[in-house]
Amino acid sequence: MSAVGEQLPQQQVPLTRTFIVASAIASRDFQDVHHDPGLAVERGSKDVFMNILTSNALAERYVVDWAGPSARVRRIKIRLGAPNYPGDTMVLSGEVVAVEGTRVEVAVRGENSLGTHLSGAVTVELPESVS
Amino acid sequence: MSAPAADSTATDPAYEQRLAAFVGTELQPPTPGPDPVNVPMIRHWVEAMELTNPVHLDADAARATGRADVVAPAAMVQAWVMRGYAATVRPTASAGRFQELVDLLAEGGYTSVVATDSDLEILRELVPGDRVSVEEVVEEIGPEKRTGLGVGRFVTTLKTYRDAEGEVVATQRWRTLRFRPQEKPAPAEPTAVRPRPAINRDNAFWFDAAREHRLVVQRCSDCGALRHPPGPMCPECRSLAWDTVTAGGEAVLYSWVVAHHPRHPAFESPYLVAVVELAEGTRLITNLVDLDAADLEVGMPLRLRWLDADPDLTLPVFGPADQED
Repeated sequence: MSAVGEQLPQQQVPLTRTFIVASAIASRDFQDVHHDPGLAVERGSKDVFMNILTSNALAERYVVDWAGPSARVRRIKIRLGAPNYPGDTMVLSGEVVAVEGTRVEVAVRGENSLGTHLSGAVTVELPESVS
Repeated sequence: MSAPAADSTATDPAYEQRLAAFVGTELQPPTPGPDPVNVPMIRHWVEAMELTNPVHLDADAARATGRADVVAPAAMVQAWVMRGYAATVRPTASAGRFQELVDLLAEGGYTSVVATDSDLEILRELVPGDRVSVEEVVEEIGPEKRTGLGVGRFVTTLKTYRDAEGEVVATQRWRTLRFRPQEKPAPAEPTAVRPRPAINRDNAFWFDAAREHRLVVQRCSDCGALRHPPGPMCPECRSLAWDTVTAGGEAVLYSWVVAHHPRHPAFESPYLVAVVELAEGTRLITNLVDLDAADLEVGMPLRLRWLDADPDLTLPVFGPADQED
């Protein structure tokens, strides 16, 4: 059973250009800043950058990888900061901050070379009998 | 009353009222996604996001966790109602409430947008066949604030996701910053000249020679000792008589630092500050160019280059010895 204060193993997310573009398209997000470097620069960004649906997906993935396939995701709450640009690496870290019955809240933070890309919490429901 | 600045809407009560009229209203009426929840789109997502959880594609694995069938990833709820490629590249001119708010914010100068917060609450997992719709209501339009990106307002909305029966499957509180992009100074132009050296009658000869691309070393006319930095008296024999020799430009690295802070607009940080020892024997504080900090070694050979920093200032710098310039 997880307890408050438990640390999740860190996860490295290499931010390749292909990953940033493929994940935006897989989430049906066709905003040019997520796939067209020229237009991204024109709009004041230094390059294409990861879209928010992917940030949510990575926060979910990180906690579910730890909680196991039985976990049901109940809440993904993130604040966005430094953009995830190609060539960088995001390091995800997490800590259990609340346990209420079968509900476990994990504080999640994703850091890249520019600072904090995302910070927030993912809440999962674990099955009654943890195998 | 004098005319207000064109973009000064922060204190205009009429503008505030027009913004406030949006609060509590629907920006987007219930809008169904184009396709029901389906396995091909789940597969795209699972592959792109590199998910290893088998419950999204493997029905047996899903059943082993007490589910009836495969389920869509939770964060994917937003994807089912995304407007897609055609509407993104060829937006229709139809003026909905959402566009009205965007236009009103643009009128206030808030032409740029960045999402800052997403709070997604999931009430039930979605399964293939589910038809998801979304509606969006404005919860709050904040007062004008100064942010790191520029002056702007935080707009908070609530998106409600429903299934075909109208049951809520998820809610998403969504906060964006609508802002006036900061006027940026012309990029890459040097914004300052290098700090001026303190030139006086004892050292002016050295900077004068540098402007002619000659690196000179002061020499005592009596005992012949070389000295640097320039000074009026020989530290060996106390003679006040001196002349100069011109250095050949060969040197070795004696010591260095990588300067990160404090930043100065005339320097591209980080930069390398070194003490080099000339073949003639004196040492000189200088900058290294065309070299990476990782490649530096005490004693490595260096070669003189010239930095014409601006019309009034030329300085000797040093680069790798094995590279002809």
